Amino acid sequence: MTAPGPASAIAVSKELDRVMQADRGRLLSVLAAGLRDLSLAEEALQEAAVSALSHWGRAGLPASPQGWLLQVARRKAIDVLRGTARDNRRAEALSVLAQEDAAPEPETIPDERLRLIFACCHPALEQKSRVALTLRAVCGLTTPEIARAFLDAEPTMGQRISRAKAKIAAAGIPFAVPDADHWPARLEAVLTTIYVIFTTGYVAGADEPRDLCLEAEYLMRLIDRLRPGDAEIEAALAMMLLTAARRAARVGPDGASLPPAEQDRRLWDAARLAEGRVILARAVARRQPGPFQIKAAIADCQMAEPAPDWKQIAALYGALCRHEPTPVVRLNAAVALAEAGDPSRGLSMIKALSGLDAYQPFHAARAALLAMTGDSAAALAAYRLAIATAPTEAEALFLKKRMKDLGISRAGRRPRRAS
Amino acid sequence: MQYMLLIYNDPALEPAYGTPEFNDMMGGFFAANERMKADGVLRGGEGLQGVETATSLRIKAGKVETMDGPFAETREHLGGYYVIDVPDLDAALTYAALIPAAHFGTIEVRPLMNYNPAG
Repeated sequence: MTAPGPASAIAVSKELDRVMQADRGRLLSVLAAGLRDLSLAEEALQEAAVSALSHWGRAGLPASPQGWLLQVARRKAIDVLRGTARDNRRAEALSVLAQEDAAPEPETIPDERLRLIFACCHPALEQKSRVALTLRAVCGLTTPEIARAFLDAEPTMGQRISRAKAKIAAAGIPFAVPDADHWPARLEAVLTTIYVIFTTGYVAGADEPRDLCLEAEYLMRLIDRLRPGDAEIEAALAMMLLTAARRAARVGPDGASLPPAEQDRRLWDAARLAEGRVILARAVARRQPGPFQIKAAIADCQMAEPAPDWKQIAALYGALCRHEPTPVVRLNAAVALAEAGDPSRGLSMIKALSGLDAYQPFHAARAALLAMTGDSAAALAAYRLAIATAPTEAEALFLKKRMKDLGISRAGRRPRRAS
Repeated sequence: MQYMLLIYNDPALEPAYGTPEFNDMMGGFFAANERMKADGVLRGGEGLQGVETATSLRIKAGKVETMDGPFAETREHLGGYYVIDVPDLDAALTYAALIPAAHFGTIEVRPLMNYNPAG
């Protein structure tokens, strides 16, 4: 053993960074599952990392840095719990820890991240807290990074995350994979949370310091690996890959957003598109259609060659309405019907909807369908409403172009009709 | 962990006495009670008389003020509760879903405080 010097200190800190980057979520999930307390798990792991810096510098790198960190973190947690053990839950955690500590150090650390994900995405937590907690605990994003992604002030986001962690501990949210009875509903909460992460990244663009689309893709691939053969997980992954494949094409050279039908297909990511289709086919073959499978099939049909298969899309939205009879799904069904060649039926479906006045896509869709049926005056008013509340500049530009086309068709051309 | 399942509902939405729906509700409560007893998780529980029987009290500047009626002027009132002892929130939610009032009211699930310093 050579004496520690500055070089070895750098080597130690590099190795520690590497391990914490690669295995933080894994270590944290094992600790949290035993402790039933995410804050304490984080605290103990952080202290173990600090000890590692000095200890590894003195004694050299351990054979298994992960195993070392886990064991030391467990002992740190035991110390904290001994100082404050005052209820049954803590006493229970102490006895679990003591057993784990007595067991021989495992060759490989068990992967408990599915348990961590189900705790972070528990429906007893607010949706936004689920998103923040998952990014923090599973993806290892820092609080400032999460605050930035959701345009929140750092202290606000910090409070949200600590409140959520405190609720997990106090309300007894288990770090457990739900049983078969609760699996479908709980999985949907997980998939939806990951999808919110994806959509946030998709809207923000790829040049953010932490690309949330990639984090969401990582999470989706992770749960697919931890629970292989689940048709809904596969479908959600397929849908994400298909949507991500269009990312570079979603805004045109003039800065206006483009629907899939009008995108430059050469900009689509061929690898993601192909992988998405293979995974979707695998999910379909399991013959357990769920909402994500239908949505993935819709995404696939939108990218059909040479143009979107609107008849099929309309039929799929009809099927989705039976799973999710919400006004938003009905709105999409109406648009697909119109694109498939029946704009007046689509429009009457839209007219029957209520409760969407504050939902911008409702006005955009209504404008498009009014234009298709030749009611330019009403279309114009609907476009103005949609433009005023457009969520992004790109979307507003797209709608302005559509509104301008309307002026041209009013001036003489026949209204656009889907053939 | 011990949880209290607080049953909140709007009495106007409750099935009326003598209707088949009322009998279903009572059967549902009976089945829930039996299940909680059989699973060994039931620690207690009672139904409350209507809010028209409630009296509220507070002390202001050392003086007791007594008022007719419930604490909160809301449409949904606390109508009863269960206390159960189960391993975690998921188990507590599973029992809460057995309570028939969940169909027309809301069940609030709250962990009890633990005052036992010995653990």
